[in-house]
Amino acid sequence: MAETHSLQDLQQPAVSSKVFIQRDYSSGTICKFQTKFPSELESRMDKQQFEETMQTLNNLYAEAEKLGGKSYLEGCLACLTAYTVFLCMETHYEKVLKKIARYIKDQNEKIYAPRGLLLTDPIERGLRVVEITIFEDRSIGSGR
Amino acid sequence: MKNCEYQQIDPRALSASPLSAQNPAEKKVQRPRRKWEAFPGKNRFFCDGRLILARQNGVLPLTLGLIVVTSGLFFAFDCPFLVQHLTVCIPMIGGVLFLFVVASLLRTSFTDPGILPRATADEAADIERQIDTSGSSTYRPPPRTKEILINQQVVKLKYCFTCKMFRPPRTSHCSLCDNCVERFDHHCPWVGNCVGKRNYRYFYSFIISLSFLTSFIFGCVITHITLRSQAGKGIVQAIQESPASVVELVICFFSIWSILGLSGFHTYLVASNLTTNEDIKGSWSGKRGAEESGNPYTYSNIITNCCVTLCGPMPPSLIDRRGFLPPDEAIPAAAASEMELPPFTPKSDANMCTQSTKDVLERMLHSSDFHGLCPSGNPKTSPLVQEVSSAPATAEPYLSSGCSRQLARQAVVDPCPLLSPVAFSKSNRRDSLHSINPAFRLASPSPTLSRSALVLGDGPDIGFIPQH
Repeated sequence: MAETHSLQDLQQPAVSSKVFIQRDYSSGTICKFQTKFPSELESRMDKQQFEETMQTLNNLYAEAEKLGGKSYLEGCLACLTAYTVFLCMETHYEKVLKKIARYIKDQNEKIYAPRGLLLTDPIERGLRVVEITIFEDRSIGSGR
Repeated sequence: MKNCEYQQIDPRALSASPLSAQNPAEKKVQRPRRKWEAFPGKNRFFCDGRLILARQNGVLPLTLGLIVVTSGLFFAFDCPFLVQHLTVCIPMIGGVLFLFVVASLLRTSFTDPGILPRATADEAADIERQIDTSGSSTYRPPPRTKEILINQQVVKLKYCFTCKMFRPPRTSHCSLCDNCVERFDHHCPWVGNCVGKRNYRYFYSFIISLSFLTSFIFGCVITHITLRSQAGKGIVQAIQESPASVVELVICFFSIWSILGLSGFHTYLVASNLTTNEDIKGSWSGKRGAEESGNPYTYSNIITNCCVTLCGPMPPSLIDRRGFLPPDEAIPAAAASEMELPPFTPKSDANMCTQSTKDVLERMLHSSDFHGLCPSGNPKTSPLVQEVSSAPATAEPYLSSGCSRQLARQAVVDPCPLLSPVAFSKSNRRDSLHSINPAFRLASPSPTLSRSALVLGDGPDIGFIPQH
């Protein structure tokens, strides 16, 4: 049996519920998600892995929004060129968002899909929530 | 709900010809639709979703016109004399400033200010489940707020009834654009858009460069008239020889006060990492006692605050205007967008008011329909409708203050003799309005006041304070 399952196999089973991980505003307006393990996932996966995923995501978002010499330089350069530089160059934030998208896809393939779960990239929900779709456990392919 | 086969309601028959022409076409070829075509807020989109503007942008042409006309008169009438008598640098500096001003203005107007997309039906249901503990049967649901700690300071997060989510800190719902905007500063009618997280730096560079431009033109025109009157037979002669200069003088004189004042005010805001909204509401000032207040977002260092606000990383637009709608949502989205079409086109029908009411209700129904994968999405429509229908009972006191002004300002709404249908269509925003009054007040106000005075600048800020 293959260890990873393609998502197409899992989209046929019905969605049983969705869990939403809300934002954590305790450090201000930066993008950070709560790392508390939701009770609905207790039967499906380890707390450790979930927290690791969330922590990595939070770190990636922190990297995107990091204030430092590099981001200031980018801002000043953009201002001087009347923001035309972004026609040919990607902003740092966009680069990190692509990294996040790759990470989520990777996590889905390795960890979540085999357990009948699907992580949705928060950017598709306006960075409000991390949506985890829980699929019904069917005997077709989602063995554990 | 598909109205592909027949039109059910009379107001739709008014726009029936485009609908019936489109429907057979929709069935044959499903053109992939972009997300901006189904956007629920009150915005206009240009260049296939690349540019975004508020729907009410009545004063932006005036702003642009004033800047272009004044600068044009300056280059045409004052520069030749000044180049001859002083230096050729004058039109060069003027040209650079003018380009910078126009570029900043257009950037501010056409950039997404940081609009938050509305919550999907599943998210909204999840949040409702979490707060629905009281189960009270009052007309209005209890005010929904959530308190959180930011840097050891208690901050209240309010629930937005329109967007169906708890607003992040510093986010406010703009009633004119019908969107929640992150780090909401104010809705600027002169710029025709909200000023928020993503376009604040462009707005700031616009007002700073405009201050320089108006001061520069003012100085040059004074120099011009002085030189002419010294060379010629006095000041009257000078004015007769160059009447355009007087026009420029008048415009610049009146605008300099407000623009410089506004620049100073916003420089203060940038240095203390505040928004206009917070400053006017007095969120962090010493209202509640010195130990409780204090801006939790400030870095306590002016330079850091400036750098963060103006040169910080540029977050991307969250609304993904140019993305494609998924094909399974394209059909209901088409139906929803067909109902969106009437509000976008300028109307001259007398029964537009009832149509817009129906549109609002239909849009609400459809926005919960096509976002819901989960069947639990559908039952939500009945509480939605109930929420709206219960509101007009208490909507009347609010109408006299705010909505009458809104009526005056909305270019597409014809004076509607029946107040109640308009109240009905406004009532779905009333719930979000009553908890975010300052944003609403900021949005609705003094363009009516400031239009009478020819000032280039954000009249509402200055005209607003006495009202508060």
